[in-house]
Amino acid sequence: MNRQATLKSTAASPDAVNSSQARRKHRHWIWLLFQNRTAVVGALFVLVFFLIALAAPLISPRDPLKLDVRNSLEAPSVEFPLGSDQFGRDVASRVFYGARLSLGVGMSVGLFSIAIGLFLGMISGYYRRLDAVIMRVMDALMAFPSIIFAIVLMGILGPSVQNVIIALTIVFSPRVARVARSSVLVAREEMYIEAARAIGSSDSRILTRHIFPNIVSPLITQASYIFALAVLAEAALSFVGVGGNPQWPSWGNMLAEGQIVVRQAWWITIFPGLAIVLVVFGANLFGDGLRDALDPRLRGR
Amino acid sequence: MNRYLVRRLVALMPLVFLIAVIAFTLVRLTPGDPAAVVAGPDATPEEVARIRASMGLDDPLPLQFLRWAGQVFLRGNLGNSIVQGQPVLEMILQRAQPTLLLAMVGGFLSILMGIPLGVIAAVKHNSWLDRTLMSFAIVGLSIPNFWLGVLLVMALSIYFPLLPPSGFVSIQNGGISALRYLILPGIAIGASNAAFLARMVRSSMLDVLNQDYVRTARSKGLGERRVIYSHALRNAMIAPLTVIGLLIANLTSGTVIVEIVFNVPGAGRLLINSVARRDYPVMQGIILITALIYIFANLIVDLFYGVLDPRVRYE
Repeated sequence: MNRQATLKSTAASPDAVNSSQARRKHRHWIWLLFQNRTAVVGALFVLVFFLIALAAPLISPRDPLKLDVRNSLEAPSVEFPLGSDQFGRDVASRVFYGARLSLGVGMSVGLFSIAIGLFLGMISGYYRRLDAVIMRVMDALMAFPSIIFAIVLMGILGPSVQNVIIALTIVFSPRVARVARSSVLVAREEMYIEAARAIGSSDSRILTRHIFPNIVSPLITQASYIFALAVLAEAALSFVGVGGNPQWPSWGNMLAEGQIVVRQAWWITIFPGLAIVLVVFGANLFGDGLRDALDPRLRGR
Repeated sequence: MNRYLVRRLVALMPLVFLIAVIAFTLVRLTPGDPAAVVAGPDATPEEVARIRASMGLDDPLPLQFLRWAGQVFLRGNLGNSIVQGQPVLEMILQRAQPTLLLAMVGGFLSILMGIPLGVIAAVKHNSWLDRTLMSFAIVGLSIPNFWLGVLLVMALSIYFPLLPPSGFVSIQNGGISALRYLILPGIAIGASNAAFLARMVRSSMLDVLNQDYVRTARSKGLGERRVIYSHALRNAMIAPLTVIGLLIANLTSGTVIVEIVFNVPGAGRLLINSVARRDYPVMQGIILITALIYIFANLIVDLFYGVLDPRVRYE
């Protein structure tokens, strides 16, 4: 790691007045990110699964929904690379199609939570009068244990993938709001905000052009952690049977079906579980690497 | 201290109020007319209207909320299950023992693993041991607790038949052998929390080890063991203490899922069944109680700060 470069970047950040300097700073942390082996390895893990999800129809040996009772509980073989389940469905194809669901939910929840949390956090940190109300509501939402809250929301919304995304977004966006708010509170005290206000910039201009660029990096870190949490949560919801459509393959419901026949067929339990661990591990590594690249003081923590 | 406690309790009231509003509103958002459910499928519209009026469902929402909140907070009445007609609080309490025991075993294991491993990693900062432990910690955070549960069953109940693969025996019936049913689910619940704690303890220990008083303790000739265990560790425990509330929330969430894996008749099973049967009062009761546990756990943690950190004053 280039120590001098990092020192320079922290020294320069408070006076990143105009956009060209801001852009240089951005290039800087992305460059640092590529230097960070942890982040690159994490990103590769996630990327591989994104490719699997995209290419699922091309690389799946069989139809993931097709029942084939004569070939039920086949061990991994040339015909069934990762074995078959109790209904004769191909585990490999189901793991590949399950990647679409898991990553789709993870991405959507990540994006929506960031958007909503960012909006709430920014107005809460900037307009102090709204702060107390918004943050109390966020505190109240965060008092409900995440998975229990998500299960209850699914009970109210009904089973569907859209509702999984809605429920998990409700559960995770208060966290983002907290992070965004505390970053805004730091940024709004900076001299350049005062300068922008002095030359008559409107609030919305200050928020979007001056504060946003300075809080975007901690939010990207949050996004990768929320992606990881959402993939885990979706799997947990499907596992206990309150996720989306139970017919459609999800790593969570595959594990639930696998547990029933765990004595005869280890492969139904092992492969979807490994897929979850690898994706979540990758996203967590990426988040840690990103955090270190963005904040040199935290390096190696 | 007493005045501080009273002030903290008063400060919690808006939060408790908001939690109650959310729990109340959630159930109001559900499709379907509760009066129609109570009246049954054969009721005439007039009967449904009469029942709706007698249930107070025609009153303005704020009034309905106050009436509900009064029952909940003054009488401890969470309403009755739509499916079984039994009081919700009673149903939850009947299933509380397995859940609390599992969460406690999980919490105990995560502290037992997480704190020493975090300290070791910090003391051996940047060594291969540190890197190995921290890689394990990220893996621990990435393993779904329910999958770990099934893997443990495969290893320790099926391959080596040492522990029961599922079920639960209460302490009253099983005594000490009831513990056998708690070990595997306890590990499944505890693993990610142990990883979370280890990372937290390591990071806070690294901060403390750079402090002046640690250098002073070393320079006045104290042994390394003494410096770490009596000077550094005590101060390093303050930051992890702030997340105990979060830890309790994680343990409850984890228990709900892991109960399903091990077929434990606890509050988690009750929650899943109530979702399947659309038994809204039960769902409402469970999230209300778990949220209250969370905020009171945080209150207790706040009160204990002063014990670890005398700089904290209760003014």
